[in-house]
Amino acid sequence: MSDILDVVPADPKKFIQGRSGPWELVMGLEIHAQVASNSKLFSGAAVGFGAGPNEQVSLVDAAMPGMLPVINRHCVEQAVKTGLGLKAQINPWSRFDRKNYFYPDLPQGYQISQFKDPIVGEGEVLVERDDGSSFTVRIERLHLEQDAGKSIHDIDPNATYVDLNRAGTALMEIVSRPDIRSSEEAAAYVKKVRTIVRYLGTCDGDLEKGNLRADVNVSVRRPGEGLGTRCEIKNVNSYRYIQQAIEYEARRQIEVLEDGGSITQETRLFDPSKMETRSMRSKEDAQDYRYFPDPDLLPLELDAAWVEQIKASLPELPDDKKARLQSQYGLSPYDAGVLVIEGERAGFFERAAQGRDAKLVANWTTNELLARLAKSGQDIENSPIPPEDIAGLVELIETGVISSKIAKEVFDRMWAGEGTPQEVVDKHGLVQVTDTGAIEAVIDALIAANPDKAAAVKEKPQAIGWFVGQVMKETGGKANPAAVNEILRSKLG
Amino acid sequence: MAIDAATVRKVARLARLRAPEERLEPLAQELSAIINWIEQLGEVDVEGVEPMTSAVHVKLPMREDVVTEGGDPAKVLANAPLARDNFFVVPKVVE
Amino acid sequence: MSDLTSLTLEAAVEGLKAKRFSSLELTQAHIQAMESGRALNAYVLETPDKALSMARAADARIASGAAGPLEGVPLGIKDLFCTEGVRTTACSKILGDFKPTYESTVTTQLWRDGAVMLGKLNLDEFAMGSSNETSAFGPVANPWRAAGSNQTLTPGGSSGGSAAAVAADLCLGATGTDTGGSIRQPAAFTGTVGIKPTYGRCSRWGIVAFASSLDQAGPIAKTVEDAAILLRSMSGHDPKDSTSLPVEVPNFPSFVGRSVKGLRIGVPAEYSAPGMPAEIQALWDQGVAWLKDAGCEIMPVSLPHTKYALPTYYIVAPAEASSNLARYDGMRYGIRAEGKTLTDVYELTRAEGFGEEVQRRILIGAYVLSAGYYDAYYLKAQKVRRRIADDFAKAFETVDALLTPTTPSSAFALGAKDTMDPVTMYLNDVFTVTANLAGLPAMSLPAGLDSQGLPLGLQLIGRPLEEGTLFSVAGALEKAADFRAKPRAWWRG
Repeated sequence: MSDILDVVPADPKKFIQGRSGPWELVMGLEIHAQVASNSKLFSGAAVGFGAGPNEQVSLVDAAMPGMLPVINRHCVEQAVKTGLGLKAQINPWSRFDRKNYFYPDLPQGYQISQFKDPIVGEGEVLVERDDGSSFTVRIERLHLEQDAGKSIHDIDPNATYVDLNRAGTALMEIVSRPDIRSSEEAAAYVKKVRTIVRYLGTCDGDLEKGNLRADVNVSVRRPGEGLGTRCEIKNVNSYRYIQQAIEYEARRQIEVLEDGGSITQETRLFDPSKMETRSMRSKEDAQDYRYFPDPDLLPLELDAAWVEQIKASLPELPDDKKARLQSQYGLSPYDAGVLVIEGERAGFFERAAQGRDAKLVANWTTNELLARLAKSGQDIENSPIPPEDIAGLVELIETGVISSKIAKEVFDRMWAGEGTPQEVVDKHGLVQVTDTGAIEAVIDALIAANPDKAAAVKEKPQAIGWFVGQVMKETGGKANPAAVNEILRSKLG
Repeated sequence: MAIDAATVRKVARLARLRAPEERLEPLAQELSAIINWIEQLGEVDVEGVEPMTSAVHVKLPMREDVVTEGGDPAKVLANAPLARDNFFVVPKVVE
Repeated sequence: MSDLTSLTLEAAVEGLKAKRFSSLELTQAHIQAMESGRALNAYVLETPDKALSMARAADARIASGAAGPLEGVPLGIKDLFCTEGVRTTACSKILGDFKPTYESTVTTQLWRDGAVMLGKLNLDEFAMGSSNETSAFGPVANPWRAAGSNQTLTPGGSSGGSAAAVAADLCLGATGTDTGGSIRQPAAFTGTVGIKPTYGRCSRWGIVAFASSLDQAGPIAKTVEDAAILLRSMSGHDPKDSTSLPVEVPNFPSFVGRSVKGLRIGVPAEYSAPGMPAEIQALWDQGVAWLKDAGCEIMPVSLPHTKYALPTYYIVAPAEASSNLARYDGMRYGIRAEGKTLTDVYELTRAEGFGEEVQRRILIGAYVLSAGYYDAYYLKAQKVRRRIADDFAKAFETVDALLTPTTPSSAFALGAKDTMDPVTMYLNDVFTVTANLAGLPAMSLPAGLDSQGLPLGLQLIGRPLEEGTLFSVAGALEKAADFRAKPRAWWRG
């Protein structure tokens, strides 16, 4: 892994047009992922959403006099796991430092973090774009740190209310190199990191709850020049906000520079109601965190055997799963990609695909089921249609019992809870008519009744469509479309 | 290396200690004397020396991921200068 | 009644066991002594009701044969130890009326072993000082006065209250803490025994932190045996303190009285500073002679980095303190000043709440950690510290313990420090800080009186975890010195 900051080749398609010419957008992200654990990083208080104020707070979290931190083994393991998922170097020796500053939601007056020697070093993440192409984002490091409490400013106009439930919760901060070149790439990168941590079970990736947060460092430059001054954007807790914030900030910086000004390195907050970034209330002195190694903790030494054990316990990761779905099931990169975004989707697919036409199963899973689930805001774990029934549906199509068209109706009824595909087909008599004799009979009757239309087909081949429609009407949609077309063509030329 | 009044003001702000104007210069002198005295460490050769972490080498102990504390907001708030509805009430923060 | 307060702790334990008196009687005698001794200002909080109820419980346990090693013994507790439900102030205004909802591990163990709490003892504010003159509760008077003088002297610090109380028989023993000499120096000034154990021997959980990598709890007592009995109860691994050593507690009292024949005692050349008062040198020489008589082999050793110990200490300790004291911010406990903005409240609370010396050290600490200075000061100091520790390790290859004076003088007058510049004041710790920096166990015991009739102490420094050796050598010295002098009780009103 090189030390060079700038390794991504310039792509003019991503440049932003300013008044005076094109600009390249350069970004790095710091993702804070809340570690999935029962208790906090250095205290035995519970972690989790929804408790009443200050109900999940230990004496250590409240920074009472004489309190001391003791590290949670599981949180260390989760960080190692995540590092392995990022294909990163696991550092056998790392240390905790104090980051000193004053804020009411930071009871100790310092945050225990890792500054000089983080637990995880360099790694990389392969990210897929919507168009199927992919790009690599290098990871600089991952470190463990405490989360702060919550300051609530709008309960009382004259005071701030502080809830320390979140104070001391373990966070993994994942720092990327500035390899991202567009707002779409930024969102895609966050999505991929989210997928990885969800696969690993090290973070639930819930952006809304703030369990996965992204801070974006944005800078612009003329193509070919060195890195520009960056601003850090905070408070972007959805993919849409990430993109909007980046787009606004890029344009803001370009305007400043084209007007002859310069960018002040600062932290800016995204305001979703105005869709703009705002400079945070400037502090007279730049923050001097006075980092030093926390003397209440010893260096963290990882047992090589333990790391190996963790490595061996990793589940199949998204990139590997995607490759396997393609090679094992013959899926397209696109379908495989959609299915691996959530491990549960791929699991559903594989259960349904056993012994079936995998491409058909993939099709029904992604185009029909996932689409329907997205509309109703459900996860595949809560799908009203189990994988066995998708498999059953596909089997009926494969064996010609129903046509693809009828299958859509069966699917709708299955979605509505009417039962298994076989049950639905039986109940509504949806078995496909494949008897060519019967179809021929219907067609002959139609041709006889509509001689002009029949003749017109020779000049306008599309006119066959009317006949197809009529056959379907006559057969209640159950005629096998392929047979219908074949017979019609042979009769009408 | 001397510490001047401006530095005292800056450091006092970092440490959230109100230092009245008239104290800045005397503090600067006191602190400078201490820093000058500390400067003699410059004489020591520490080439290749690892900083001290502990007297006896022990590995960082780890605890199991079990909930052992909390669930008692009253205890947490028992000594709070101001609390309401189980929140700590503090001066308004302007963001 | 007063006979009971002149007992040693060991004799009291024996007397209680033999039912010559009850814990109630013993405790009542000490409560009376505590009340009559208020002129010393050793106690900042008397807890007679609690003491009596604990004494009654102790008597019940003694009667039922369930007595612990300290059953029924009245002790004073330095007000740096958090005691549940009992005001704990660190002798600072900033903690206000803080009543911990938890008990420190060390005091928990004392109560587990049956001891009785008489009250909280005075100290230099946040343990920062060598004369107990920075306390928000006013200075402590040394029970000792120079011959023919009515001038009040300091008992030393920071554990001035603890040392004065033991010397004046206001308790049978006391807890102290030692960061740069705060147990040993007051012990030397008051003719008592004080030991700072190996770093990590006693738990720091629940002790108001000053400098995390240097602080250690330890006893101040009337005799070496008493100190051993107390240290045994105070010591032990605590999983709540990550720096606590996972080692068994030896039976310290069993080491007192053991032969020291053949032990090698080192005399460090560098502790003979130019300008050392002749009396101190004479006492040191006397100590050497006593140990030779007891069969020890005396050898000169060299600790070349000794002269850098004080400046090293005055970087490391303030740096850690500046961070440890950040939690005293008026938000969750202690006093809160009025102010218009959050910053005002922080600054005014801390300016009002912290005394001058504490503020001075916080400023030094923040300065040496601030941007650009970390490498030159803190990092450098931690490296010099390693050198100092290596000096000792090398010396301990050829000797088993070191003998040095404890202090460069006997107790000085109250108010004397007002005319001293801070650096001169800091020189009081010149012989003691090295043991804190290297994490080594060190003990002071009274060895004689100076020409003014004031006690002088000798210090023993040992290998990590070899407090036992120190108790054996101290036992031999104590026997040889036969220090029986007691201060005239001028303080009884």
